[in-house]
Amino acid sequence: MSSAAAAGNRAFGLDRGMPFPVTDLDDAEVVVLAGANPAETMPPLMGHLRDARLVVVDPRRSATAERAVASGGLHLQPVPGTDLVLALGMLHAALVDGHVDKAYLAARTTGFDDVWRVAAQWWPERAEQVCGVAAADMRTVVGWLAGAARRYVLTARGAEQHAHGVDTVSAWINLALALGLPGRPGSGFGTITGQGNGQGGREHGQKSDQLPGYRSIADPAARAHVAGVWGVDPATLPGAGRSATELLAALGRPDGPRAMLVFGSNVLVSAPDANAVAERLAALDLLVVADVLPGETAMAADVVLPVAQWAEEEGTMTNLEGRVLRRRRALRPPEGVRTDLEVVAGLAERLGAPGFPAAPEEVFDELRAASAGGLADYAGITYARLDAGEALHWPCPDEDHPGTPRLFTERFAHPDGRARMSPVDHVASAELPDAAHPLRATTGRVLVHYQSGAQTRRVAELAGIVPEAFVEVHPDTAARAGLADGDWARVVSRRGAVRARVRCVASLRPDTVFLPFHFGGDQAANRVTNPALDPTSRMPEFKVAAVRLERV
Amino acid sequence: MSSGIVVVGHGMAGARLAEDVRRRDPRVPLTVLGAEPRPAYNRVLLSTVLAGGLTPEAVRLHAPGWAAAHDVDVRTGVAATAIDRAARVVRGTDGSAVPYRKLVLATGSYAFRPSLPGLDAPNVAAFRDLDDCERILALARPGARVAVLGGGLLGCEAARGLAGRGVDTVLVHPKPHLMERQLDADGGGVLAAALARLGVEVLLGTAGVAWEQEKGLRCADGSLVPADALVVATGVRPETALAAAAGIAVDRGVLVDDRLATNDPHVHALGDCARHPGAPAGLVQPAWEQAEVLADLLTGADPGARYHGTRPVTRLKARGVDLATVGEPAAFGADAEVLRFADPAGGRYATLALERDRVVGGAMIGLPDAAASMIQFFDTGTPAPADRLGLLFGRALPGAPETADPGRLPATAVVCRCNTVTKGALVAAWRGGATDVAALGRATRAGTGCGSCGDTVQGICAWLADADPPALAAVPEEGAA
Ligand SMILES: Cc1cc2nc3c(=O)[nH]c(=O)nc-3n(C[C@H](O)[C@H](O)[C@H](O)COP(=O)(O)OP(=O)(O)OC[C@H]3O[C@@H](n4cnc5c(N)ncnc54)[C@H](O)[C@@H]3O)c2cc1C
Repeated sequence: MSSAAAAGNRAFGLDRGMPFPVTDLDDAEVVVLAGANPAETMPPLMGHLRDARLVVVDPRRSATAERAVASGGLHLQPVPGTDLVLALGMLHAALVDGHVDKAYLAARTTGFDDVWRVAAQWWPERAEQVCGVAAADMRTVVGWLAGAARRYVLTARGAEQHAHGVDTVSAWINLALALGLPGRPGSGFGTITGQGNGQGGREHGQKSDQLPGYRSIADPAARAHVAGVWGVDPATLPGAGRSATELLAALGRPDGPRAMLVFGSNVLVSAPDANAVAERLAALDLLVVADVLPGETAMAADVVLPVAQWAEEEGTMTNLEGRVLRRRRALRPPEGVRTDLEVVAGLAERLGAPGFPAAPEEVFDELRAASAGGLADYAGITYARLDAGEALHWPCPDEDHPGTPRLFTERFAHPDGRARMSPVDHVASAELPDAAHPLRATTGRVLVHYQSGAQTRRVAELAGIVPEAFVEVHPDTAARAGLADGDWARVVSRRGAVRARVRCVASLRPDTVFLPFHFGGDQAANRVTNPALDPTSRMPEFKVAAVRLERV
Repeated sequence: MSSGIVVVGHGMAGARLAEDVRRRDPRVPLTVLGAEPRPAYNRVLLSTVLAGGLTPEAVRLHAPGWAAAHDVDVRTGVAATAIDRAARVVRGTDGSAVPYRKLVLATGSYAFRPSLPGLDAPNVAAFRDLDDCERILALARPGARVAVLGGGLLGCEAARGLAGRGVDTVLVHPKPHLMERQLDADGGGVLAAALARLGVEVLLGTAGVAWEQEKGLRCADGSLVPADALVVATGVRPETALAAAAGIAVDRGVLVDDRLATNDPHVHALGDCARHPGAPAGLVQPAWEQAEVLADLLTGADPGARYHGTRPVTRLKARGVDLATVGEPAAFGADAEVLRFADPAGGRYATLALERDRVVGGAMIGLPDAAASMIQFFDTGTPAPADRLGLLFGRALPGAPETADPGRLPATAVVCRCNTVTKGALVAAWRGGATDVAALGRATRAGTGCGSCGDTVQGICAWLADADPPALAAVPEEGAA
């Protein structure tokens, strides 16, 4: 998601997954979903997309893609890693076909001329040769978007998880801006933020270059403000740290950490190039994992701190619309199990920094103060207002403020109030197929499993539906590798191999295979993925790796 | 000034090379001579300019000020007149003598004009550069009738573009069918019919013998094609005069090797003016790939860089006619497997040649997504799928009908995705006594997630209620629908 965040910040001066309430989608006439499969990864969202004509951009014929075709829309199936070219081809078609909203561009944006100079070199027929989507389909979809009054472009991980993910999202934003969508009620651009609290995490400092309220840790004013809330000297705040992937790569090295505390992240399964991650974790002097379940990473830890589950603690989550939701405790945690906040407070106490609150509301009030005046301003959001049933979207600067369900209707968040279009061009995937690895592997989710599967693989009903890793393969590609539906196969990249059961899928591109990433051990898809990082967001290229298929 | 790289020609290849050199080396002295009076522009898009989709400003390649900002000495309106290879100097029409360490010829092609009387009249235009484009548009004033001579790719694009502007357009082609270099007679027929539907009058097997300025095009059989203006699109030739005069080896193009070097190691060539054994003529893709390699070599960024060729893909850019060809028709081996389909009435045509499952050539009209796949298989060499019908027709091939009839849904079909409830599970629950939607929901959880399967559950419920017990026993198994 960090790629969507970076692109959103760059274009709009602010990143909120959806700058409008999700219910606005109910009335949409046309929705383009780029690299999104909500039918499997976020089924409730589909309830808001019932009436729209859908266009799904995905190398696989996903459940969402099937819905798109049934809705009278289209499934566009680009070569993995070429989505940016598709967006450029569509922008070219938009200008030539007279669909660019010039009045909107003049009033609300900057940078179109530079963007056009790149898109001009991607006339649809040339873009088609690279991305494999028919030029005619590019024109059709652009025509649909231009012809509708209520239309949206939404992106998700399929667009983002590339070594050029920020640029890919920027290309979709450019298209949306050229057509005049963002900030227009009833239309817009958004990203479908994944986890329950994915948005909340990324705006309050979960990334190592941030402070709460979407402040930059490098900004002296932001440092002074947050240090003031905490009553410490700004100089004691650290500077920007390593990104997640780089941090993992540094573990146990001379210039890297020697001890690590992990909260609820199964990095052994969820980080790219899993073999290398295992080696780095083993090089640590001390690994402490705070988790609910004994997942792969917890099992590798020196110390495991059992912590409460979501239904056992109070708190808030911020959803994809930037709306803060109250989370209430349903059950008491078992004896001896602490909440994450209690673990942090207890550690601080023992490390000689007492005074960290463990009560969720107290921590939330601190967050309100720390975020006050920031982009993601929570100052006016209180437990009392949420408990009274108010729907509050940030920014909400004071307790009389109604919150901001729709952003950008008057101005974008850059100082000049305009959205910035960035000239982005296609760069080939970090790893291209060759004779030894002729296929492109892409990774994703299935409905019944969550993330690394640490939780869902333990639920008998879910494990019964998808018990083990599988690899989706075009039947001809399987046959060429001597494999049949149901066989075990090894999917081999330059970094490692994963064992998975073959599922023949005739609608898949013959040059592409798909692996779900919910399994561990020798079935972990991230044994083959490429840790190449986006230069801006430092998000790894989960969506393209060159592989071959072997019989087991 | 110390001598550096000098590029002759500021077209698509020359402009791209300058960019690629600067990306690798911000300092090496770089001079570009361009005969045209304007900054470099995207020639491929001239068809779109002619058709009215883009303004001439929109096809400019570099932002104003680009050359100065990147320290490139671009001399627009200056043509090279001679190369002194011994002294390593190029002479220009402005009287200058520019010394070079490395010279790159990027002189492109010129529009070939047949030797017919009258072609020097003011109402005749070629179709090669922006000036031509502007002249054609001036001639194609409202109410005018324009003849296009030559039914190759450019002639078809020009005719389609003019017809789209409401100009009365006639396309005159001496051969029996259009685009005979890329298409067979059936394909040419489907193309002609498609153009005719779009308002272009197509005259085949008609050789023009003279342009009569006041009347029109006189043909070999004595007939007259009345027209107020003529666009000549009778092919292009590589612009090699400068090279030939300097004694550089030329044979239908400046001959180059995998390093884009001519027989003089200080002189390179790329783009339309160059002839490399693996490069198809007259396309921009090879020019751009060559620019990358040459920039690597000239700057030393990658001394091992080599150009090995480009797979020929041709795409007609004419609104309403989706035409793509790959490979050279003549290159089909005797043992090639050839698939063909022609539907002149429906405006669709497909031919594909495969050798050992690899697409080696083909042409498609009116089958856009199949054409996109054909190009991919041809370009990447990925083996084509065994389903040849799907390969040939793409989405035009009627698939298994999307079944909305709950009775025909297979038992294994997942009805409720949120809870992974199959039709079989619903039937079993119904038999177990859950005989309405709410009860089915309680028994199986179907419809209790996002609720988007509600209509389907309702439908299955109604179907079960209507069905007699024997029909219930006959729930089709997987794949039976
Ligand atoms: C209407 C049209 C549509 C086309 N459509 C397509 C398409 O869809 N796909 C495709 O791949 N290709 C297409 N082409 C072909 C494509 O434009 C050429 O392949 C491409 O422009 C080649 O680039 P180049 O730089 O080698 O030549 P050019 O772009 O022709 O540039 C050569 C330049 O050199 C200059 N020059 C010549 N002699 C001298 C001299 N002595 N001194 C200084 N300057 C000199 C010329 O004036 C010219 O500006 C199309 C061409 C036209 C005209």
